[in-house]
Amino acid sequence: MTALLDVSGVSRSFRGLRAVNEVSFAVAPGEIVAVIGPNGAGKTTLFNLIAGALTPDDGAIRFDGRDIAGLRADRRCRLGVARTFQLVRPFAGLTVEDNAIVGALARTPDVAAARREALAALDRLGLADRRGLLASQLTLPDRKRLEMARALATGPRLLLLDEAMAGLRPTEIDGMVSVLARLNRETGLTIVLIEHVMRAVMALAQRIVVLHHGEKIAEGTPADISRDPVVIRSYFGEAAA
Amino acid sequence: MTDWAGRMAGDAPPRALPLLAALLAALLVLPAIVDSYVLSIAILVLYFAYVGQAWNIMMGFAGQLSLGHSLYVGLGAYASAVLFVHHGVAPWIGAFAAIGAAIAAAAIIGALAFRFGIAGVYFALLTIAFAEFTRIGFDHFPWIGGSGGLFLPVARHGESEFWMLRGPPVMFYYVILSMAAMAFAMCRLLMVGRIGYYWRALREDEDAARALGIDIFRYKMLAILISSAMTAPAGVFFAFYYNTLFPEQIFSMLRSIELILGPIIGGLGTLFGPILGAFVLTVLAEVLNEVLAALGWEIPGARQVFYGLCLLVVVMYLPEGIWPALARRLGLERRR
Ligand SMILES: Nc1ncnc2c1ncn2[C@@H]1O[C@H](COP(=O)(O)OP(=O)(O)OP(=O)(O)O)[C@@H](O)[C@H]1O
Ligand SMILES: [Mg+2]
Repeated sequence: MTALLDVSGVSRSFRGLRAVNEVSFAVAPGEIVAVIGPNGAGKTTLFNLIAGALTPDDGAIRFDGRDIAGLRADRRCRLGVARTFQLVRPFAGLTVEDNAIVGALARTPDVAAARREALAALDRLGLADRRGLLASQLTLPDRKRLEMARALATGPRLLLLDEAMAGLRPTEIDGMVSVLARLNRETGLTIVLIEHVMRAVMALAQRIVVLHHGEKIAEGTPADISRDPVVIRSYFGEAAA
Repeated sequence: MTDWAGRMAGDAPPRALPLLAALLAALLVLPAIVDSYVLSIAILVLYFAYVGQAWNIMMGFAGQLSLGHSLYVGLGAYASAVLFVHHGVAPWIGAFAAIGAAIAAAAIIGALAFRFGIAGVYFALLTIAFAEFTRIGFDHFPWIGGSGGLFLPVARHGESEFWMLRGPPVMFYYVILSMAAMAFAMCRLLMVGRIGYYWRALREDEDAARALGIDIFRYKMLAILISSAMTAPAGVFFAFYYNTLFPEQIFSMLRSIELILGPIIGGLGTLFGPILGAFVLTVLAEVLNEVLAALGWEIPGARQVFYGLCLLVVVMYLPEGIWPALARRLGLERRR
């Protein structure tokens, strides 16, 4: 099966700092892949490169067989790449419903149809009863949910989630895990998630990519990764310390 | 047609429609019940409601601060007046040239600013610069009167008065009333359509908007083009109502500021804000004038100081503007 997302030899530097260094990995349609690594490993930068917020210095990014590395973020969204931001960025002055409608309008110019899509997405994330509130009135966990609902409303084929669970309580994490698992099962949505919450990673990911200092140091199933000595030293070791 | 009407009504609060109808009815019969002085003030109010609505598209909807909208008023005024004075072209035809001139200027400003990511204060400065350059250019352009001004002949023969916009104030009143009503309807349509959602999204957060599939450059361009095209007919009206044009006046920064006060005080990004703001500012300033005249005081700049005070009060006590607060009082909040 051809990959939905194929990242090959992608690099990006900031003033000499190699934030992402020749990273390659592929994601098959319908797969859930986790990207883990210590703070500053380059995870968010990698997402920015895939979603189009940044352009790579080097390497190719193929989505559904097409090279998208040169496309603007909005074009990539319309092709089916949606992302959430690690630091949530809701449209604060818009209602929860209008936030989601903006997302849904990526698929249809018809506002009434977009509203239906938006409500379905809000419903999935359990935000339907808060749709009339301003986004600025939401709690942080709800803002994270809104961020996801809005991305989901764009009708993506690939969803990039940047630490969607951070700051959630354990029960909320379990809730989010089941939402994502259901989404993946029911719609075949492909998901790549950056996550520090190992409980969520182990529950969701079929495969894990480990970044460290901008480089991919390991890749494999959750079972492989949790036994990998390199990973344990560079990542779990630090986290446990 | 029903689809259009449905979209217009859309999610409007149920009490808004009768209220709007009552307001329109009152405005329609107004000339029959007021004297010429009140009528002249009503014309001013509607004029500012109209340009305020046009400017609100840029700032209120799309979040782009233009401090140079006098440029589009002036270009519209001069384009239609020159065609009329030199070629006898009716203003209804001249309006197309007016809109074309404004759109051309807006396209240059927009392409420059939005392509190169000039935003916020720098964008505002750029809009001022263009208006100022144009003012100086027009000052030195004798064919259109230069700094000495351009004057429209007051009466012409052979053509219907309405077609040439030569007539009594009551005619101008109905013209500007129609313009304001159309601007309101158009803004409402824009606001409830995809474009309105996209404008508000990019106003709130450009990066997030881009991630949701919005072509930022395109939607900012649409904002400045539509706003300028809507502003130009105000210039046509101005030219034919006042019959005299001076670059010094029409392109002046003061004019740009004057036309943004209404929407700011009334409520940025709302449909009623520009109307309410125009009403409050114009009427209160007129009352102030009367009071000062009655007292026999002659205070240069009193109007500007008064505008400043209004702005101060609103910014301090009603930072969203008067309309959102009033709407809550009247139970006219958008359904949530
Ligand atoms: N726009 C930028 N300009 C300069 N440096 C940047 C920029 N974005 C990221 N960096 C740097 O690149 C490195 C990788 O950052 P990145 O945000 O990708 O890490 P991360 O893995 O997402 O970390 P975290 O777990 O803390 O979110 C860091 O050293 C960061 O300071
Ligand atoms: Mg990060």
